[in-house]
Amino acid sequence: MKDKFTIKDLNFWYGEKQALKNISLVAKDRKVTALIGPSGCGKTTFLRCLNRMHDLYPGNRYKGEILLDGRNILDKGLDLIKLRSKVGMVFQKPTPFPMSIYENIAFGLKLMGVKSKSEISGRVEKALKDSALWEEIKNRLNEPALSLSGGQQQRLCIARAVAVEPEVILMDEPCSALDPVATAKIEDLMTVLKQSYTVIIVTHNMQQAARVSEFTGFFMLGEVVEFDTTERIFTAPSNKLTEDYITGRFG
Amino acid sequence: MDTHYIKRQTANYAALTISVLSAAFGIFFLFWILKDVFVFGFKAINIDFFTELPAPPGMEGGGLANAILGTLMITVLATAIGVPAGIMAGTYLSEYGRKSRMASVVRFTSDILVSAPSIVIGVFVYALLVKPLGGFSAIAGAVALAIIMLPVVVRTSEEMLKLVPDATREAALALGAPHWKVTIHVVYRGAIRGIVTGVMLAVARVSGETAPLLFTSFNNAFWNFDMTEPTATLTVTIFNYAMGPYDDWHQKAWGAALLITVVVLLVNMISRIIVRGKA
Repeated sequence: MKDKFTIKDLNFWYGEKQALKNISLVAKDRKVTALIGPSGCGKTTFLRCLNRMHDLYPGNRYKGEILLDGRNILDKGLDLIKLRSKVGMVFQKPTPFPMSIYENIAFGLKLMGVKSKSEISGRVEKALKDSALWEEIKNRLNEPALSLSGGQQQRLCIARAVAVEPEVILMDEPCSALDPVATAKIEDLMTVLKQSYTVIIVTHNMQQAARVSEFTGFFMLGEVVEFDTTERIFTAPSNKLTEDYITGRFG
Repeated sequence: MDTHYIKRQTANYAALTISVLSAAFGIFFLFWILKDVFVFGFKAINIDFFTELPAPPGMEGGGLANAILGTLMITVLATAIGVPAGIMAGTYLSEYGRKSRMASVVRFTSDILVSAPSIVIGVFVYALLVKPLGGFSAIAGAVALAIIMLPVVVRTSEEMLKLVPDATREAALALGAPHWKVTIHVVYRGAIRGIVTGVMLAVARVSGETAPLLFTSFNNAFWNFDMTEPTATLTVTIFNYAMGPYDDWHQKAWGAALLITVVVLLVNMISRIIVRGKA
């Protein structure tokens, strides 16, 4: 089992405020790694380090190493555009672009330089099939993406991320704005996705982490309290804090 | 208990009455103006009004074709100068500058510019273009109007672009899109209706301006297709004709007022329809 992401002693600051302290963990290739922990513990901050989303806002600072296939993505001179086309992201709230369903997916393909119309439409169809959305919307590809339901919008965002064939997909609480039926669909989707991609998911829902992931990291106050296989975290955690959290004593 | 209830009810009726009356007061004058413009203006409207040059002073007949063309030329040129500059400045404020010092200076300046009296802008352009170039011109008029449009377009574009959620920008960047592509292909797509509305309102605003044109494009009794020459406009014509001694001039001024009012009304209505449609 190959290590896709290896994080060594990662520290991160929002301006003066330190949000992550000495994070070390690995994400295995073609597995789902879940990050759990109470609100404000740094899970999302950590996730957003992995595609350097924090670089959009001034004053943020990283220290440590984030190795993607052995290469440190915190190196100066790294091409963020290349990094982000390798490491896709799905956000907490669905973020469809203000354009048609078809164009939403074609946007990413055009960015990658795919020009042929037939190739684009083929890949749009494949992405929508892969994200279990095709049957529901195949007749409304030219409608605005914002006309879809919340769950459909989120699957569209997943399709959009998948269409550009990244290596890793980061998911930041992708189901928190969705109802149980839509959540179940997305969880099914994750088990399909991990056959081809490395998936790292932040979730508030411990059952979800237990259901979908192979590895789980428990975060608290900007630190990794425990990182292990999901099975061990949920059945025999070695840290008292982890046990208290997963049994619902706090958080 | 009961008196308390009655008190509240009375206060409610009183407040309601006052607000309805105030609204009626405002609308009353608006409709009065519209009624006069339509009643007096309508008599002046005929084919000649749109196709003929003005008759010599004191003579009946003729039209304002040259002024209609002049207004059109100057407004189109002003839009061509003011709108791209305004949208780009708004883009800078919303997409690039945000919290920078430069951005707050630009915001402050454009807020002041919005409230600058248009006659001051006219005098400014007079000193900037008319005097050095040795004469009134349609170009000078268009520049004055463009300066008036600029802050309106800057601030509406900024506001409309800011309405596009940051999450949408992040999502596009997370796909590996460069900043400029995110702005053009995603953010503009989301804000286009609002920006178009802002532009139309700015056009409506300048199409009623007179003072800055008196100092810049001045007037012309004949056809003029040369942007470097003095050019007649509807608003300046209204100004001159309304002050003139002839009944026929007064009639023409009403006609010009009606034409401007109808165009501004249409522009406003179209922009509202654009905003309402599938926003």
